[in-house]
Amino acid sequence: MIQYAVDQHIAVITWAMTSSPMNVLNDDSIPAFESALEQAFADDSVKGIIITSAKPEFVAGADLKMILRNNDKDPTDMLKVSSELNRVFRRIETSGKPTVAAINGTALGGGYEICLACHHRIALANPKTAIGLVEVTIGLLPGAGGTQRLPRMLGIQVALPLILEGKKVGVQEAKSLGMIDDIADTPDEMMAKARAWIEANPKPIKPWDEVDRKTGKIVGKDNVKVPGGNVQSAVGAQTFGVGTAMMMDKTKGNYPAPLEIMACVYEGLQVNIDRALSIEARHFVKVATSKVAKNLIQTMFLGMNEANKGASRPKDIPKTEVKKLGVLGAGMMGAGIAYVSAQAGIDVILKDVSIEAAEKGKEYSRSLLQKSVERGKLDPQKADGILSLIKLTTSAQDLDGCDLIIEAVFENRELKATVTQEAEPFLAEQGVFASNTSTLPISGLAQASAKSDRFIGIHFFSPVDKMMLVEIIVGKQTSDYALAVAIDYTRKIRKTPIVVNDSRGFYTSRCFGTYSGEGMELLKEGINPVLIENAGKDAGMPVGPLAVTDEVALDLVYKIAGQGIQDGAIREDDTSYQVAKKLVELGRAGKKAKAGFYEYGADKSKKLWSGLSDLFPLAPQQPSLDEVKTRLLYRQAIEAVRCFEENVVRTKLDADLGSILGWGFPAYTGGALSFIDFVGVDTFVNTCDRLANQYGERFRPTARLREQAAQQQAV
Amino acid sequence: MAEAFIYDAVRTPRGRGKSDGSLHEVQPIQLLTSVLRELRDRNQLDTSLIDDVILGCVTPIGEQGADIARTAVLESSYHESVAGVQLNRFCSSGLEAINMAGAYVMSGQVDAIIAGGVESMSRVPMGSDGGALFMNPQIVAHHNIVPQGISADLIATKYGYSRTDVDRFAAESYRRAVDAQAANRFHKTLIPFKDELGVTLVDHDEGVRPGTTVDSLAKLKPAFEAIGQMGLDALALLKYAEYAQINHVHHAGNSSQIVDGAAGVLIGSQEFGEKTGLKPRARIKAFAVVGSEPTIMLTGPIPATKKVLKRAGMSISDIDLFEVNEAFAAIPLLYMDELGVDHNKLNVNGGSIALGHPLGATGAIISATLLDELERSGKQVGLASLCIGGGMGIATIFELL
Repeated sequence: MIQYAVDQHIAVITWAMTSSPMNVLNDDSIPAFESALEQAFADDSVKGIIITSAKPEFVAGADLKMILRNNDKDPTDMLKVSSELNRVFRRIETSGKPTVAAINGTALGGGYEICLACHHRIALANPKTAIGLVEVTIGLLPGAGGTQRLPRMLGIQVALPLILEGKKVGVQEAKSLGMIDDIADTPDEMMAKARAWIEANPKPIKPWDEVDRKTGKIVGKDNVKVPGGNVQSAVGAQTFGVGTAMMMDKTKGNYPAPLEIMACVYEGLQVNIDRALSIEARHFVKVATSKVAKNLIQTMFLGMNEANKGASRPKDIPKTEVKKLGVLGAGMMGAGIAYVSAQAGIDVILKDVSIEAAEKGKEYSRSLLQKSVERGKLDPQKADGILSLIKLTTSAQDLDGCDLIIEAVFENRELKATVTQEAEPFLAEQGVFASNTSTLPISGLAQASAKSDRFIGIHFFSPVDKMMLVEIIVGKQTSDYALAVAIDYTRKIRKTPIVVNDSRGFYTSRCFGTYSGEGMELLKEGINPVLIENAGKDAGMPVGPLAVTDEVALDLVYKIAGQGIQDGAIREDDTSYQVAKKLVELGRAGKKAKAGFYEYGADKSKKLWSGLSDLFPLAPQQPSLDEVKTRLLYRQAIEAVRCFEENVVRTKLDADLGSILGWGFPAYTGGALSFIDFVGVDTFVNTCDRLANQYGERFRPTARLREQAAQQQAV
Repeated sequence: MAEAFIYDAVRTPRGRGKSDGSLHEVQPIQLLTSVLRELRDRNQLDTSLIDDVILGCVTPIGEQGADIARTAVLESSYHESVAGVQLNRFCSSGLEAINMAGAYVMSGQVDAIIAGGVESMSRVPMGSDGGALFMNPQIVAHHNIVPQGISADLIATKYGYSRTDVDRFAAESYRRAVDAQAANRFHKTLIPFKDELGVTLVDHDEGVRPGTTVDSLAKLKPAFEAIGQMGLDALALLKYAEYAQINHVHHAGNSSQIVDGAAGVLIGSQEFGEKTGLKPRARIKAFAVVGSEPTIMLTGPIPATKKVLKRAGMSISDIDLFEVNEAFAAIPLLYMDELGVDHNKLNVNGGSIALGHPLGATGAIISATLLDELERSGKQVGLASLCIGGGMGIATIFELL
């Protein structure tokens, strides 16, 4: 697991874990690493130590399962884990023997914290290497000295944003920031440089350490000068005063880790490193035992990994592969689908009614690829290669042999039926036909297909290149095989699939509609629209419910709701329908019309339309911010519960991921279903009942939820 | 309970709080010794009768550190039995000192005491003492702490004061201050500041700018818009979610001026007056402090005033004159609107916008200005009030004898 070898008086400690795919810090590796270190410290013939890895990466970080295991235990359990790690790393720093990190590959989180504890850091010029303290992205903070050593090295103003954003950088950038000291072109050179440094620096000591005169041991120094300014300085006042406000603007106070990171740096950098590490450990434990960290690790890390590996894929279907893809309609969605597919190396036939229309779709890929080239993220030859994979046509015959055809034409049943029947005959023998519809039931569309078992919904989100989610809709007749193809394709284009059953609005559109809908309910009641919008954002949604409705377009809401009324699915007095109707009749169709709930300036600025108060006069009694937040979040969550119970969405994980990635439900809650465990099933049910009594039956909890509450069961 | 009387008050001029200000070359301790010596000399005080000196100072570090009150007592050649203590309740410190002094006298534990304050803002910059309230990320985040200028703009936003409203108030403050200076209305308390050679460095509040009008103020840029947009507005609006944005109306011309200055008020029991033959000018009728919502921060004078009126068994109409610190124009505007106070009774000789706000001393200065004006205009009852950082308010009622 941890190899130990001594060569010419230098100990080389090599991470080579076999129990996990990558080198991680866990209950097995930490003691093994420590004993290797102790062996080197104890051996008088060893003059110095090199720490490196035999795997492609250096060390990827801490094992999150270890964190999760201790999440809801007594905080002192987690404190033991954290203090142990700190003790081991501090030993590296204070052993008196020069220790060099030979960073052959990616060093993230705890992996980079090993490097920080070393006296010198040399990275291999490996383009795949990512270096950084990324803990915040999963709700944690660097708890093995990261919040203390990085600011002491780089200064608070440089280090704090890196830690708060969880920024990953490449080798060159790491060097220019000072995160590493040197770069080597080859592994041999890296090791040679490490040896040379050890020879040249037999007794290294960190700027924040000193030799205790009485004991001769290396200990933390008091009153250390931090590069760029100490905490108690004008620079510090700016960094922590305004910096805290900036951080709160981003998190809205919903994520504890960024604040605890700032507290670590603020408190820790006012004392010596030894005391600072114990302060850091305290804050780390607070964060690591929080529900938010648990939610983020479970849903956004472990859950997402599972989904990306195809958790919802039927197990007994052999792996399939889409090599040739047909895309019908080169509008915004079709163009996006073509782009992400070509990027994954798939041959794409992009079909539209005219070559000009198809060319416009390809132009989308061209401009995105060009941007990547300009930013130096893509080599021009590769960009040309990707672009050449997209072939344009107006003729269905060119679709011959496609493994998958996705139609992305207008949301019109007749049109969809026509293109389905036109294209389907050209599918490969095992080919699957998919619709990218976001609203029309798949089983209905499948009636146009000659092979309805090979007909499936693959719902992309806009903009396709940025939105990570794909909602796969299984119709009544859709086979497991078609589902396997859709999931395999989604994995190939590196998106996260969730699987839902056919139903009006499927899962994401249906639940998302409740956010926008509740916004309109509030507006109709005379709640201050500013409060409504701020409550949405403060609750953690990316935009307010009225702003997002403007983006979707009010005429579309009006049209879809009207269709719903026609189909008997919703009532004539439906609030979304009525509110959208009012605005549409005033020519306010939303953002595209530059007039909706908002007024849109030429400079991309927007503000709530002043006429709203005439249409919806302000109620004399306004609710609290918390009440509006509660309504907006609970309304979405109770709809997700109904979708789950109605088997519209098949698994809790899919429901959670779909909510976060699909319509922006806040990640700190763990997702729309985990939200219920987050607030507690009891609280959820009681609050829903109260909301239902006050605002309408749409909030009424289901019978099964009541049972779960009675039995104290998680959802 | 004994009564606490005010026997005299002395203050320095307020010098512009920048390196070109007349008092910039003067150490804060020298501002204080000029005040303490004048109080002693013009009252022919036997200083051994003074128990204590309580001085407000908001940035008590550097040369304002180490208990500047005791330092001032020693350097003013008061009797060595006189003690000294420095306190900090932010902008209200000077009035807090008077209230504490009053309470000591009322309790019968002290016979005579000098209360006041000092701030040399040109030499010890505001905020240079740091403080967990403004810097500790957890405290800032938990309580949505923003700089006072943002709070003042939030008040303007919430209560609908436009840029013109606040500029109009500021221009009037200047007009009144100019008139008051021309009529020599500050002469009773204000003494010229003389250096060690006896040369006068400055003899008036030098921030007063004649000719300041709504039009001239309209040219100034909002002072807190830029920092507000860095995230501070957003932090405040997390608590005030009913507003889409903060309307930034305050600027250097309608906010209190940064100045250097000091003041001292001689307070004592009736027996002290009898023993020394000094004639009391006024009694401290009642006082109150309150905590208020810390993000909007500066609304405290209103509940503090209600509280002190209740304690005194009085109503707004019983108060003849008000001195409400003009930290920012929106604060006295809100005070008048919420309490129904006529502008003709409030800050009749201008306020901190025109005259300056030496943080630790202002409470004592406006109290002295109030007594002077009550005496000059033949009125009886005055109320002084200040808004306070961290979300507090203070109010004291004085009654002429």
